[in-house]
Amino acid sequence: MTVQPFDRLTATAMPLIRDNIDTDAIIPSREMTSVSKKGLAGGLFAGWRYTAIGGRDPDPAFVMNDPHYAHARILLAGRNFGCGSSREHAAWALAEYGFRAILAPSFNPIFRGNCIRNGIVPVELDAQIITQIAAANPVTVDLIAGTVSLPDGSAWPFALEAEAREMLVEGLDAIELTAKRSADIAAFRAADARQRPWIYL
Amino acid sequence: MGKTLFEKLWDSHVIADLGGGVGLLLIDRILLHERTGGVALESLRDAGRDVLASRQTFVTMDHIVDTLPGRTDRTIMPTGTQFITATRRAANEAGLTLFDIGDPGQGIVHVISPEQAIVLPGATLVCPDSHTCTQGAMGALAWGIGSTEAEHALATATLRVRKPKTMRITVNGRLGIGVTPKDLALHILARFGSAGANGHIVEYAGEAVRALDIEGRLTLCNMATELSAFSGIIAADETTFDYLQGRAYAPTGADWDRALAAWRDLHSDDDATFDVDHVVDAAAVAPMVTWGTSPQHSVALDQPVPAFDAASGRDTREAHDRALAYMDLKPGQSLTGLPIDAAFIGSCTNARLSDLRRAAAILRGHRVAPHVKAICVPGSTSVKAQAEAEGLDRIFIDAGFEWREAGCSMCFFAGGESFGQRQRVVTSTNRNFESRQGPETRSHLASPETVAASAIAGILTDPRNRDAA
Repeated sequence: MTVQPFDRLTATAMPLIRDNIDTDAIIPSREMTSVSKKGLAGGLFAGWRYTAIGGRDPDPAFVMNDPHYAHARILLAGRNFGCGSSREHAAWALAEYGFRAILAPSFNPIFRGNCIRNGIVPVELDAQIITQIAAANPVTVDLIAGTVSLPDGSAWPFALEAEAREMLVEGLDAIELTAKRSADIAAFRAADARQRPWIYL
Repeated sequence: MGKTLFEKLWDSHVIADLGGGVGLLLIDRILLHERTGGVALESLRDAGRDVLASRQTFVTMDHIVDTLPGRTDRTIMPTGTQFITATRRAANEAGLTLFDIGDPGQGIVHVISPEQAIVLPGATLVCPDSHTCTQGAMGALAWGIGSTEAEHALATATLRVRKPKTMRITVNGRLGIGVTPKDLALHILARFGSAGANGHIVEYAGEAVRALDIEGRLTLCNMATELSAFSGIIAADETTFDYLQGRAYAPTGADWDRALAAWRDLHSDDDATFDVDHVVDAAAVAPMVTWGTSPQHSVALDQPVPAFDAASGRDTREAHDRALAYMDLKPGQSLTGLPIDAAFIGSCTNARLSDLRRAAAILRGHRVAPHVKAICVPGSTSVKAQAEAEGLDRIFIDAGFEWREAGCSMCFFAGGESFGQRQRVVTSTNRNFESRQGPETRSHLASPETVAASAIAGILTDPRNRDAA
């Protein structure tokens, strides 16, 4: 899948600062109705976003329905964001809705990998910094510089492994990158098959 | 300095160091199911790519397929049929081994893989399913991935993996009588929290772990993902080798001997060091139950619903209050004796033969309380057949349980069957998230024994005290 490259984004950040938001909450299983990576944005946070299960009447109490955040492209979250099911539909739904970066104190590892492969930047920052950011908009995520900054000039660096950064900045397809090493892979497998023939059925 | 088991597996599978702690790892086994695997296979085909190691790739139907007797491609989930037919078509086109509806090998992916020795010690195994960590119990490096990563693994037999840190949880002593691997898993979650192993692979070690049979180890590793771990792993030993020998995809003859020799070295060296080392006292573990909406919200059954504890650093007050409100519970309230509406025995956590045997031993000669809807879903078609050969199905049915076909069933709600709004369910599954088992359903995770004892009593019941209930 081609992914939109990411370098620098200045956008409204929507606060949904709760710990342990799981992927069932990000996209309930009942909203994953087709064998597709698309058509999922309407199901994003469906359990909290609408007044009734399966319905589409917005619940005004939920932050996504606050007109102030209608154009949010950055999500502010709590610890261990994206825990639970590995369903990539969570990342697909967030990306389709328009989120390009998520700022959280920590991410579940499978969800974090899914973000990187779908053009969403997972930014790890201390919980207090995220609370501070929630009070000031817009927010700038600069992936080249590796910083998050506010209009008042305050800025914080964040860490992301070079591999992930490169893939996000270039919008690269990981399979194409790996395919460049196909000779190495074939040689490794051939040698391994002599060592561990029981693996090669 | 010695190596940890994880480091041995990592080092033997690294094809290239990609820098920044990322390695290109050889993948030995890929498993797929119709929920997240079909989309990966279709996307791969649409990109014009083939499955590189098709004979090392296996597909099953477990997540969406119905579990009612007489099931077909038609599903209670409104659009489920297309997941089944698309996955079948894509698997057949790619020439993959498929355990389809009606196949004796069909079942929950993490139940059938050990059962058929698809997972082996020392192997790397991935599946687009978070509970793939279950299979680390066999001494394999097995972890859950997304569908895009599954495409990568299918196309290249490799993955680009960020190396996790290492954590060891040593469980000293022995679990008490009537205390199960599920209770240990929930005890660990209560103690370390749902982000307690984030960024780490957890090796479970110690006397209590060594003493577990394979099915108990699978239950323990199953819930490593609830700690947000990269995965869980237990070193293979004689228990593992005895279990594997003679199973469908296990090596045979001279290969078995060679494999065994290699596998015996796959344990953490005595002088290996872990980034984090935790010790748990097995004797301190009691039958557990969850009170909230995260698996970390676990307490011993004889303890009251906990009040918010800021010092735990685990939850915000808002999250704690929200969980209590969702579950309709108050701090200080007793959990033992809480009336339940439904009981569920199933899932990749607790639906293997030994789980069903232990639950049946409690149910034998009893009936579930009249108001309790009770369902048992064997983890695989093979488990179901073995249970029926032993007469366990009669015990479940005579007790008032539904006896189902194998699959994930009501471990999660996919738009089909639901336990119903505000229904309180005691369940042998792994996730008690909001609406996990149906819109607004309230789930209490527990062992199969606790589910069985509670179903009979109609209230949450410590299975050790069931005669007193």
